[in-house]
Amino acid sequence: MVEILLDATVRAGTPILFATLGAIINERAGIINLGIEGLMLIGALAGFAATSLSGSLLIGVIAAFVAALLAGSVHGFITVQLRGNQIVSGLALTMFGIGITALFGRSMVGLTIAGFERLTIPGLSMIPVIGKPFFNQDALIYLSFVLVFAIAFFFYRTRWGLALRTVGENPAAADTCGVPVNLYRFLAVSIGSGIVGIGGAYLSLASTPMWIENMSAGRGWIAVALVIFASWSSYRALAGAYLFGGITAMQLRFQAMGTTISAHILQMLPYIFTILVLVISTVRLAKGASQQPESLGQPYDREDRK
Amino acid sequence: MLQIEKIRKTFPGVVALDSVSFSIAPGEIHTLLGENGAGKSTLMNVLTGLYRPEKGQILLDGAPVTLNSPRDSLGLGIGMVHQHFMLVPAHSVFENILLALDNIPHFFSRKTLKKKIGNVIREFDLDLDLDAPVWRLSIGAQQWIELIKLLMRNCRLLILDEPTAVLTPQESKRLFIVLGKLKEQGKSIIFISHKMREVMEISDRVTVLKKGRSLTTLQRGDFDEKRLASLMIGEDQIPQWEKQTHVVDDDVVLQIENLSVHNDRGLSDLENFDLSLKRGEILGIAGVAGNGQKALAEVLTGLKTATAGKILAGEDDITDSTAKRSYIAGIAHIPEDRKSIGIAPDMTVDDNLIMKSFKSRAFRNWIFQDRKAIRSNAEAKIDQFAIKAGPAGNPVRYLSGGNIQKVIIARELSERPAVLVALYPTRGLDIGSAEYVHKVMADGAADGMSTLLISEDLDELLKISDRIAVMFRGRLIGCVDPLKTSREEIGLMMSGEGAP
Repeated sequence: MVEILLDATVRAGTPILFATLGAIINERAGIINLGIEGLMLIGALAGFAATSLSGSLLIGVIAAFVAALLAGSVHGFITVQLRGNQIVSGLALTMFGIGITALFGRSMVGLTIAGFERLTIPGLSMIPVIGKPFFNQDALIYLSFVLVFAIAFFFYRTRWGLALRTVGENPAAADTCGVPVNLYRFLAVSIGSGIVGIGGAYLSLASTPMWIENMSAGRGWIAVALVIFASWSSYRALAGAYLFGGITAMQLRFQAMGTTISAHILQMLPYIFTILVLVISTVRLAKGASQQPESLGQPYDREDRK
Repeated sequence: MLQIEKIRKTFPGVVALDSVSFSIAPGEIHTLLGENGAGKSTLMNVLTGLYRPEKGQILLDGAPVTLNSPRDSLGLGIGMVHQHFMLVPAHSVFENILLALDNIPHFFSRKTLKKKIGNVIREFDLDLDLDAPVWRLSIGAQQWIELIKLLMRNCRLLILDEPTAVLTPQESKRLFIVLGKLKEQGKSIIFISHKMREVMEISDRVTVLKKGRSLTTLQRGDFDEKRLASLMIGEDQIPQWEKQTHVVDDDVVLQIENLSVHNDRGLSDLENFDLSLKRGEILGIAGVAGNGQKALAEVLTGLKTATAGKILAGEDDITDSTAKRSYIAGIAHIPEDRKSIGIAPDMTVDDNLIMKSFKSRAFRNWIFQDRKAIRSNAEAKIDQFAIKAGPAGNPVRYLSGGNIQKVIIARELSERPAVLVALYPTRGLDIGSAEYVHKVMADGAADGMSTLLISEDLDELLKISDRIAVMFRGRLIGCVDPLKTSREEIGLMMSGEGAP
């Protein structure tokens, strides 16, 4: 029972985890990206379309990454090079993603593909309780584990990561140290968006191997909130994403058990939790536990007189 | 070594640099002198590659160079300690220095690097914890980190923008010793300061800037304080005033008890701060910048709320009262960009002058503004305070720093406040305007207004205060009598030692 619940938790949390990690990379460079929801949909459709055409799941994942990266780089161009309003541009990206995937996805509705299958990791999967849920999963879930550690290593152990964090904290400081601020920001937005796209692809290639219009169903927004909950750390993003996965898994379980609580109420649970998480983490922020990149949301203009 | 020829740089609506030329020799300390807005910082930002000039050229060792980014400048060995430090408060000292280093392999040993940085730190007798986050350090220590960043990069030309503003007199002395050493090594230093005493002490040559033009360059021996002052002021008149030995009342107009203020990080900017201000007194507040002076001014003028403690006006508790607004008025220094404190830069002089009293019946008819009354009020004030305001309807942003300060003073004094809080009111002003500010405070004192003068310029404090209080880390260290104290004594108190 616990194993089944944990297994469902990991599977439900993974798309949110990818999206949160991508958003963290964006925000660490100082750019707010509210286009996560749209990017997930773009990734989901691109991944599904590429796989159903080529028959290869790998090509599907790559297509999802590239498509979301390209869409995200538009946001990057607007917010970094043109110093546009990050909120407006991000919202536009979400609208764009919802619209364009609905349009091009119409011919994909009803098609089926063979999704990701479970790969058992010998040894580790034998650990009682947590073995099966974590090490008898599909390749994308393993990729998400690797990403969590790789991103933390990148941020705290490499000079590029240090430069990226400095760009998000105080772009002028980075600039005077010779760091090309705009390039860093643009790449962070693009690559971060690509990772969000893989989260979308998980939905259409692993969770339910088919295309459903608007299938991200608000997960992108949950990821935006989780970034704050995770205080911009990839490890805490993992915890946060599984917390939401767990709530989703539990409400599904409740429905399956046939409780008298309305299914609509149960389906609201993850979103109610999003609001709770935001309240709690904002209170923590206000109390000074802030990890927020100091220049988050502020365009950098070298010639701006400060 | 470096030659600057006819540099011109404009910003929308402002000519920041008109035509500036001067040169720097190897192993020389070259001082730039000028009021705020004369273009010193702009010029230095051109040299560090942050701003691109429209005209003119920069020659390094005789060959013209183009500086398109700070990267280019650093590559040529030009580095700068900025007035607003270029540090990341949330990162550790090590991380801040690490980013500034060049020629580091992508995989490096943290241990050996830390040792290397540690050696440089020891060379200067500094006590810095490499793993501590920068925001925990004093502002003075942060300044040293900036300098170490440049030294680790082996810069040939070091630019220091008002470095002593955040140091105690003792620390400044140590900085000058370090600068002397660097000079002996053949490095060139551009030094920017407002404090004449320091300029006289360390400069080999001085270039005076005025309104975006370089007036003249003088060799050591050719200049003295008077000569430099008259160059900076030019044809402007200096208002004459004498400090009157007036008797300070024993009435306490403002009593601050146990005041504490927390900042955004939950740390105390002010802690258990006690102070009493008497009627007609000019109370100077000395201290190294960043030791709670700003928080004190902000809580008194209502920009911040106190976390604990009381502010009493006579018998009344006005800590959180709206009455504070008309009882205490505030002025602050005019920052280079003219857009932060005290004015709405894009609004006209007329509107800025009534900003505190726009609700008053004198300036309105029912719910409409009375433009005529507002205009005649402005005319009266412009006349009374000798403000050079330009044509009617001129936005305040186009005024010089000294005239903006006058606009603020005119507005703040119009409601006849009992207490004036002045936060670095003369920083960056030309000497004429600074004298004017002093005169306003002295005249006010004669009329019974009390002034809290927060300044980092000890000469200013010693000259006009009736009493000097010293702050350190948000606490009151003690009070001294300006007639009986010495710079050394105040300096010691500024570093938290030697309370009398």
